[in-house]
Order: sequence, then C-alpha cells, then structure tokens
Amino acid sequence: MIGIEHYVVVSSILFVLGVLGIFLNRKNVIVILMAIELILLAVNINFVAFSAFLHDLVGQIFAMFVLTVAAGEAAIGLAILVIYFRGRGTIAVDDVNRMKG
Amino acid sequence: MIQAIAFYLFASLVIASGAITILARNPVHSVLWLILAFFNAAGLMVLIGAEFIAMLLVIVYVGAVAVLFLFVVMMLDIDFAAMRAGFIKNAPLGLMIAAVLLAEIVLGVGAWRTGALQLGVANGASATPEGLSNTAAIGALLYTRYLFLFEAAGIILLVAMIGAIVLTHRQRGDVRGQNISRQIARRPEEATVNVKPAVGQGVTL
Repeated sequence: MIGIEHYVVVSSILFVLGVLGIFLNRKNVIVILMAIELILLAVNINFVAFSAFLHDLVGQIFAMFVLTVAAGEAAIGLAILVIYFRGRGTIAVDDVNRMKG
Repeated sequence: MIQAIAFYLFASLVIASGAITILARNPVHSVLWLILAFFNAAGLMVLIGAEFIAMLLVIVYVGAVAVLFLFVVMMLDIDFAAMRAGFIKNAPLGLMIAAVLLAEIVLGVGAWRTGALQLGVANGASATPEGLSNTAAIGALLYTRYLFLFEAAGIILLVAMIGAIVLTHRQRGDVRGQNISRQIARRPEEATVNVKPAVGQGVTL
C-alpha cells in the first residue's frame, strides 16, 4: 500500500533533481530559477504529505505560504533578469560581475 | 489498487519531467516539462485529499509562474547553445553534491523510520476537522488562527508585484504622453475664438 515513505521518496528525489539542476546549468539563470521552483515543489509535496499523514492542516497552510513566496520570487527574479538583459545584452552567470563580488 | 496505480503514474511522471526540465537543451522545452511536473505533483496531492493545495498549484504555478517563465524565455534573445558549454564540466561536482544530499535525506528518513524523536504532542488546535471538505477546513483555519500570516502573504505578493512593475517600467523619450495638468488647466476662452468672416473672405487659422 502507498504510505508516507513513498511520498518522502518522491519529494526527496525531486529535491535532489532541483539541486542537481542548479549545478548542471550553472550558466543559465532561467534554468536555475526553474530548478529552484522544482525544489520548492518538492518541499510542498513533503509538507502536504506529512499534513495528511499527521491529520494536521498546518502543513497545507504552510505549503500555501511557500507557494506565495515562490510566486513572488519568480516575479522579482524574472524582472531583474529582464532589466539586466536590457542593459547588458546577456544573462550568462559568468558575465554578471558588475558588483565585483 | 487504483490508488497505487495512480500514485506510481503521477510519481514516475513528476520525477521524469523534473529530470527532463533540468536536462533539456532548449529552455522553452524546460518550461513545458516543468508545467507537466506541476500537473503531476497536483495529482499526487489530490490523491491524499489535499485538493485545495492541488488546485492552487495548478492555478498559481501552471497558470501564472510557468507562463511568466515562458514569456521571459521567449522574449529574451539569448544564445542558449553557448550557455550549455560547461554542462559536462559541471556534471561531476553536481552529481557529487546531489549524492551527498540524497544520502543525508536517506539517513534522516531511515533514522525516523526506526522511531521518531519525541518533541512533545500537538495541542490539536489545527487538527483536520471531521465532516468538512478540505477547502472549507483550510478556510476555517486560515481566516481565524492564521489570519495575520495570511495578510502578511498578501503584503508579500503586493510588494513583489510593485517591485516587478517598478523594475521593468521604463520611460521612453520618443513618445508623447498625456499631460493631465495642462489638459485640466485649459479654459474655453483660450481654446476657441469667435470670428465672423465676411462672405468670400475665409478665416486665418
């Protein structure tokens, strides 16, 4: 039968895939943002699965807040990306050195 | 039985489309596979009775975030082939870190399977109520106990929206905009002239 372990396995695989995506696509900010969305999705699956497992609704409410923050982060990140591309003509991560960090 | 089949279908599809998302050559394909991953994750959540979060996932992620990604990927004129140059070079480090993370998660879950740490007992304030649908139960909890957090989430979204607009808005020099104060300050006396030209004379403009 399907148990909480199955959900934890799925969400951990998805989480690791997201982290792997950040490292594989180091030059492409857009794919890095998508990998972050995958990570947040894995976290949400985990929250909802444990919420159902423990019969406690807080997990689902917290998943909603994670969703909120993910949406805000995507909007701001893509806006920064658009103005950066407008000014520099590139979004390669290696070329982002304006702040000399 | 049907639940197990559905679970394995959704789980395998979400993992496969997640993998293709990070491996696809074309970022447009990445976004489309990401959308498939979100749909299947929503299916996983429906299976355990969290239909409100599942619908939220479809509406917010598929309807808004993924389409935003799609717009940005398609609007920016970028040479994506050049960006994949370091793909093979970065692979060993990425795989190593992924393996370490996976090992940590397996260790954590394995330790939890043998017996969880007892950190106290929940006071039952947010237990799932009987006889209420998932959406009604979440609403009953969200608008009472978590009202301020809910409003804080609204403020976060408002700030993100204003921030995105302020960041991407630009003043263009070559367009003539509307000057509202000049429009309002205009009086009929200075705008119209009453003339009585003689027959055949015409008027000077």
